[in-house]
Amino acid sequence: MSAQNEIRLEHLDVWFGSGHARVDAVKDASFTVPRGDSFGLVGESGSGKSTILRAITGLAPSWSGNIAVQGKPLRGKARTKEFYAAVQMVFQDPYASLHPRQTIDHVLSEALHLHSFDRPDERIVQILDDVGLAQSFRFRYPHQLSGGQRQRVAIARALIIEPSILLLDEPTSALDVSVQAEILNLLTDLRAQRGLTFLMVSHDLAVVGHMCSRIAVMNLGAIVEMLNVADMRALKADHPYTRQLLDASVQRRRVG
Amino acid sequence: MTNLLDVENLTVEFPTRTGPFEAVRDISFSLGRERLGIVGESGSGKSITGRSILRLIRPPGILKANRIALEGTDLQTLSEKQMRDVRGHKISMIMQDPTVSLNPVMKIGDQICEAYRLHAKASKAEARAKTLAMLEAVLIRDPERVFNAYPHEMSGGMGQRIMIAMMLIPDPQILIADEPTSALDVTVQKEVLEIMDKLVRERGMGLIFISHDLNVVSTFCDRVLIMYSGRIVETCRADALHEAKHPYTRGLLNSLPQLEHPVDRLQVLQRDDAWREAASVSGAVKVGAAVKSGKAV
Repeated sequence: MSAQNEIRLEHLDVWFGSGHARVDAVKDASFTVPRGDSFGLVGESGSGKSTILRAITGLAPSWSGNIAVQGKPLRGKARTKEFYAAVQMVFQDPYASLHPRQTIDHVLSEALHLHSFDRPDERIVQILDDVGLAQSFRFRYPHQLSGGQRQRVAIARALIIEPSILLLDEPTSALDVSVQAEILNLLTDLRAQRGLTFLMVSHDLAVVGHMCSRIAVMNLGAIVEMLNVADMRALKADHPYTRQLLDASVQRRRVG
Repeated sequence: MTNLLDVENLTVEFPTRTGPFEAVRDISFSLGRERLGIVGESGSGKSITGRSILRLIRPPGILKANRIALEGTDLQTLSEKQMRDVRGHKISMIMQDPTVSLNPVMKIGDQICEAYRLHAKASKAEARAKTLAMLEAVLIRDPERVFNAYPHEMSGGMGQRIMIAMMLIPDPQILIADEPTSALDVTVQKEVLEIMDKLVRERGMGLIFISHDLNVVSTFCDRVLIMYSGRIVETCRADALHEAKHPYTRGLLNSLPQLEHPVDRLQVLQRDDAWREAASVSGAVKVGAAVKSGKAV
């Protein structure tokens, strides 16, 4: 096998509720992400992009179709320990995703303990270094950190157990542009160093264009178009919805 | 003729255990019948500036200014009762999140009617007619249905249009919009901004547009104040924002990823302590001059 697919989705449907209250959040989504690649999902709120990430991690209530991660098919909501060791997620809001009454050290050592890693002390020191946080942050609480620093902690928490796939759900949309640049650079560096595979969700085409090599555009639960980053930069899109999105984000940039 | 709004030497401080913290430090600016943008990162004091104008700084926060004058009347000299008349009637404010600003257990129509009747002694029927017209003005297709709906039935974009309708119905002279579209999708964002822009221009109001988004501000404003750590570090015409000189503004502009100009690494803003210490640039414009620079974009 040449380039193995880290993530493979075939005809994924995700729905909430049943009967006439059923809402189809994702309809017939298929894509593959090769190892070491960075894949972007874009679309408006409610288009189902985050739901795909939730289905992969077993957080979606009901789904059908095939999801395979590292060649192993997934079923239902149960995920094995091996799955969590390979796949980690970084959430949108660093203010909500860290336990307010646990120190950074506690958060990181809990992740290590759950995955039975040895030498926690060394690893915590190392990961804080890797994500660009001073060692003095180790025994602080989340409220003592800024948004950018919290997101670094969230990235550290995901990476400390050495996963190979990172699911990123709008990792910078709650941050200022200056801090966004720092976090995106950090993610780019870590991906290069560790050979990570990224699956990134964002509503910001410029961010996805910067981070990803291939992009799927979602609208009302369906993937309407897949394009590579070169086409996107040249504003070559076939689907009217994609063009509308591209227009909206290019028009906004009269600056620069 | 005077400016709509003149703010001179505004400082807002909050006492902390380590001494007073100045969230806004000695800034001056003016507003004509134009669209003035205030940009900066979180914590730069832009929202506090917006709230100070309406005297909405809660104790223990302390507001100090030589003058906050609305058409020549210093708002600081008004009683709390007189101030209530200014809020909404003369100056109104749109906040970031419509779901927080609207009353969840009151019909949308009733909320807008209430806003109108508070300031314009009108009968219920008049208020209702005016409300429906206003909902139509913010491009809501089915005003009757929305009138009788509750806020939770509305999407974010609809909610923000309703806020615009509610804030503009008493016909204020100044609208302060604090991140009005940050919670919305790009395509919806554009629609809402266009609606706001059109109404503000038609009514000849002054708009203070507070945002962290440099692109939006450069497109929708005439003049921009750039704030850093409680001070105005630079002011410029919005369409010349990309020629801004201050290293902070340049840093913000350069840290944005751009679709058409790919880079391997994004430029990271290098902060300089000197920016924090430097005196504020005045954002005031002489009467008459604002109208010239505030030409339509």
